[in-house]
Amino acid sequence: MPNSIFGHPAIDCDVHIAVPNTAALMPYLDAYWYDAFRSRGIERTSFTLTGDPPNTPLAARPDWRPKSGKPGSDLELLRSQALDGFGSSIAIANCLFGGMALHSEDLAAVMCKAVNDWVADTWLDKEPRLRASILVPQQSPELAVEEIERRAHDKRFVQITLLAMGNELLGRRSLWPIYEAAVRHNLPIGIHAGGLYHHPTLNGWGSYFLEDYVANAFAFENQVVSLVCEGAFAKFPELKVVLIESGVTWLPAGMWRLNKTWRGVRPEIPWVKQVPSELVRQHIRLTLQPFDEPEGSGRLERFVEQMQSDQLILFSTDFPHWHFDGKDALPLSPSSPLAPKILYQNALDTYPRLTEAKATAAFAPKEISP
Amino acid sequence: MSIVTAERPQAQRPQRQKLSVVDCDIHPGFSTPEEIHPFLPERWREHVKTFGGHYRQAFADTLSHPRMAPEVSRADAWPPKGPPGSDLEFMRAQHLDANGVAYGMLMPLNRGPGNQRNLGYGAALATAVNDWQIAKWVTPEPRLRASIVVTQEDPEAAIAEIEKRAGDERFAQIMLPPRSLEPLGRKRYWPIYEAAVAAKRPLALHVGGINGYPASAGGYPSYYIEEQHTNVQGMQALVTSLVLEGVFERFPQLRVVLVEGGIAWMPALKWRLDKHYKRLKAEVPHLKRLPSEYIHDHIWLTTQPLDEPDKDSDLAETFELVGCDRIMFSTDYPHWDFDDPRFVLSKLTLSPEKQQAILAGNAKALYGLK
Repeated sequence: MPNSIFGHPAIDCDVHIAVPNTAALMPYLDAYWYDAFRSRGIERTSFTLTGDPPNTPLAARPDWRPKSGKPGSDLELLRSQALDGFGSSIAIANCLFGGMALHSEDLAAVMCKAVNDWVADTWLDKEPRLRASILVPQQSPELAVEEIERRAHDKRFVQITLLAMGNELLGRRSLWPIYEAAVRHNLPIGIHAGGLYHHPTLNGWGSYFLEDYVANAFAFENQVVSLVCEGAFAKFPELKVVLIESGVTWLPAGMWRLNKTWRGVRPEIPWVKQVPSELVRQHIRLTLQPFDEPEGSGRLERFVEQMQSDQLILFSTDFPHWHFDGKDALPLSPSSPLAPKILYQNALDTYPRLTEAKATAAFAPKEISP
Repeated sequence: MSIVTAERPQAQRPQRQKLSVVDCDIHPGFSTPEEIHPFLPERWREHVKTFGGHYRQAFADTLSHPRMAPEVSRADAWPPKGPPGSDLEFMRAQHLDANGVAYGMLMPLNRGPGNQRNLGYGAALATAVNDWQIAKWVTPEPRLRASIVVTQEDPEAAIAEIEKRAGDERFAQIMLPPRSLEPLGRKRYWPIYEAAVAAKRPLALHVGGINGYPASAGGYPSYYIEEQHTNVQGMQALVTSLVLEGVFERFPQLRVVLVEGGIAWMPALKWRLDKHYKRLKAEVPHLKRLPSEYIHDHIWLTTQPLDEPDKDSDLAETFELVGCDRIMFSTDYPHWDFDDPRFVLSKLTLSPEKQQAILAGNAKALYGLK
């Protein structure tokens, strides 16, 4: 891999691409759903997620906002700004589409399937440096597994996306078939910020978008606790979970507390035989941006020291979201020994398909004939 | 005692008699469920006998997640008769005298007046619990201070209760549950804050409350260990709400004490709030300063359950980041996760002045204790 602007190769583990509108998915529907989308007006509905309004300053950096259309909807901008801009060899795209959050598991499944196929055709076929995440209807583990099985042959899809604020806590046993499929196909689970299936915090519904956005970190912490305490990592020792756009700096304190409580009440969850922070070190990874710290305060080094691992952080820009200006994506000196770990080595260790995909991308079969 | 003994290096068990602490979280209990009845008017006494409490959850007489110890308490905290925390003599011997408690702040959780769906009963119960604190605890034991328990969902009744107690110096603060029907920053609760400022009392927000919302954005957790951990997110959501709604702009004199939330989560929350506030401040133009500045000026935290990093130096760093002038010692007596002042302190590598401030000085200043 060629060097990035940071003097090492880079793999950007979170860039956003967007379905321009629901009508774009029409070619990927079967006859029944094609008719339903048209007759019910679904094709004219945006399904914009409450947590993801496209016009906020957070949704797109001023210089990363396309002249028209949604942030993240322009392949040329992604190429010039995210890929060439930082010199990243690979970028893993997340295409969150509101349809995945529908209460109808059938409709959610159809939406996820259509988005995945659209991503393959519209982005992956055109830009060999891009990889993608499989959207699944997490309301239905059965349909989610079906979609994973349908898509897993295409090694350009490198992980499975679930939402941090989803229908249930992700450690729950009913979801384990998804993890079984993930492990079977060498796919990490990527938990992405957002969802709002329910209230954003246990105190109910606040007033502001800013409040919801901050609360994503709380939701991620609940998910980590759930995965540890339900025993998902005991059941699936090979499972890797990536927290995407989670913020990062909350994790050490969360672990101090969880370790302490576990020491006090561990008989409640006897299948958890290691101290929780050790399980987290083995199984959890986090994308870098947004990195919540006072600028230049060196918290990334402190995070590594406090978590006692340099393997947890995966470089990301969160393109086109606005978390930093210019090229300041790495809150660390590029000469630090941590830099190559964070910029690409940890990603290669986390996503086995990043190395596999090179060989097979050209042969990825296309199943859909609209 | 021989000189040799006196000159030994610090004993494993530090001397009890040297301690003089303000314990900001002591839980007083009823000896029997009927103990509160004489404090209720006839109408509500009959009501509670016939209908009992009425909550936003499945269970009428217990919390949603069974604890790991009877009455959530230390096994050695059971007096000869009655449940833990219900016997003043026993509490004196085991805790107040033994641990050098100069002042103890009562945090009555009994029956949760603020959790009652029947607001009339809630208000009557709040009044009863307040009278009971004075009669059973504070009158015979002047080291103890009462909390004005109020029903936040009925601000009118809450204000009446605050005004009724404002002249009684034995009530140190106003207590309501953080898990209210809406986040506590919302305007429906502001009349209570106005009354708190007029009464010159801080608000004490002790973790808990039954608002009918699952304990995370991802729904209900399965286990007590998870539910206990959501206290950390609950406190963060609470701080976020109070700050972003502009409560501290509107009430510059308001002081808030967060009880039993621990402290280690606070630095990362401040960083996250400040960072994303800068990007999204157009949504909250009523704020004039950084979120972290409001937090430092208005929010105090109690130590228990003290977070336990692997390295003690991480804890000392955390105390400095939170601000040693805003941290107050607490034990949570008689609950199982009691922090023993003799041992908790040994973890702190802070200057003696800062230790003293945390143990007693900050609380004495906040509550106006001698």
